[in-house]
Amino acid sequence: MKIAIIDYGAGNIQSIKFAIKRLGYEAILTKNIETIRGADKVIFPGVGEASSAMMKLIDSGLHTLIPSLTQPVLGICLGMQLMCKFSEEGKTQGLGIFEVDVVRFPGTLKVPQIGWNTINQLQTPLFSEIAENEYMYLVHSFYAALCPSTIATVTYGFPYSAALQVDNFYGVQFHPEKSSDAGIQLLSNFLKL
Amino acid sequence: MLAKRIIPCLDIKNGRTVKGVNFVALKDAGDPVELAAKYAENGADELVFLDISATEERRKTLADLVLRVAENVTIPFTVGGGISAVQDVEILLQCGADKISINSAAVKNPNLITELSQQFGSQCVVVAVDARQMDGRWKVHLVGGKVPTQLDLFDWAKEVEQRGAGELLFTSMDHDGTKDGFANEALAILSDSLSIPIIASGGAGKIEHFTDAFIKGKADAALAASVFHFNEIELKTLKKELQQQGIPVRI
Repeated sequence: MKIAIIDYGAGNIQSIKFAIKRLGYEAILTKNIETIRGADKVIFPGVGEASSAMMKLIDSGLHTLIPSLTQPVLGICLGMQLMCKFSEEGKTQGLGIFEVDVVRFPGTLKVPQIGWNTINQLQTPLFSEIAENEYMYLVHSFYAALCPSTIATVTYGFPYSAALQVDNFYGVQFHPEKSSDAGIQLLSNFLKL
Repeated sequence: MLAKRIIPCLDIKNGRTVKGVNFVALKDAGDPVELAAKYAENGADELVFLDISATEERRKTLADLVLRVAENVTIPFTVGGGISAVQDVEILLQCGADKISINSAAVKNPNLITELSQQFGSQCVVVAVDARQMDGRWKVHLVGGKVPTQLDLFDWAKEVEQRGAGELLFTSMDHDGTKDGFANEALAILSDSLSIPIIASGGAGKIEHFTDAFIKGKADAALAASVFHFNEIELKTLKKELQQQGIPVRI
């Protein structure tokens, strides 16, 4: 199986690579359009600021490639947020795969939310063998509200989207590669899609 | 529900774990990667690696260690100690660190906090502050707590937040190494006046000290070293006890 991790200079991709290795596969870190198009599974990571990450995608032509992919794609954290319509962070357009905007947590909460939180209302085989109320590791200041694409929820002050899905596109707000056994299970599920 | 975090801290010197009592008198406490994996398995929520080596090869040794930790541990970890430039941070994040922690360098050059949070995002910038009470006021100390400054803890904490830090790690020099409990009053003031998460550090000796740090000190996370290294408190027992006290923890 060919697994491509999109390497566009945004964030901690080493840990995702190691997590995939733990599952017995070798992932390629790449921004080469043909390599990504030819992969069986594509992981779209990201940590950092949305508008500058979006600029990096545009610079390398990935902004048109990603929405055109037909194999399973998994956006992680900022990757998921960039797959949404718009992000309030740096007021940037996203890739528009998920019909939802990304907005900042209200000032009444501690921001960023950092730590382990429970995920609920788990849907789709992405969450096979993962129990309701399982803890996943999250670190973020912006969130996607609940919407028709929501396939998992998490509550911080109020419930919002922990994961989204449209067709072959999946996105998770939490970091499976940092979420111990449950996170590795999710990555394993993704590789089986 | 967001869980309160328990964070074992590993002091690293030349690639090995050591633990100082009151920041001096070091004892070897083993291989950091092995220890990290053991903590992760026993339910640690995060790990902090604090590099205290002063050799010329320290950067390379630390980068190698970070890479090995990332390969073997599936929980988040922070790396601190001697970080004073954007390039240092870039290397550590590329090797797989989730966050970096800066301390003295931030006081000497507060703009470093701004630069790092703009370039890498607030979520990976932890500012560590060592402070002790002098004439009834909390004063920030530098170089592992050795050098006093005129900087007020609460003023500095506010600036740290405004400059874009994602978390504040507060160590009370008055409590560190005493095993008498955390500085809960100061912690509660920090937690109430700041809107970023606060990590309590310094003073853990018993399970109830953690309960106090979360309830009285309103901390979001608690960090400790020797009680974990020398098996005085077992992580699983600690978390079960916290859960019984009604504190949300990941078990």
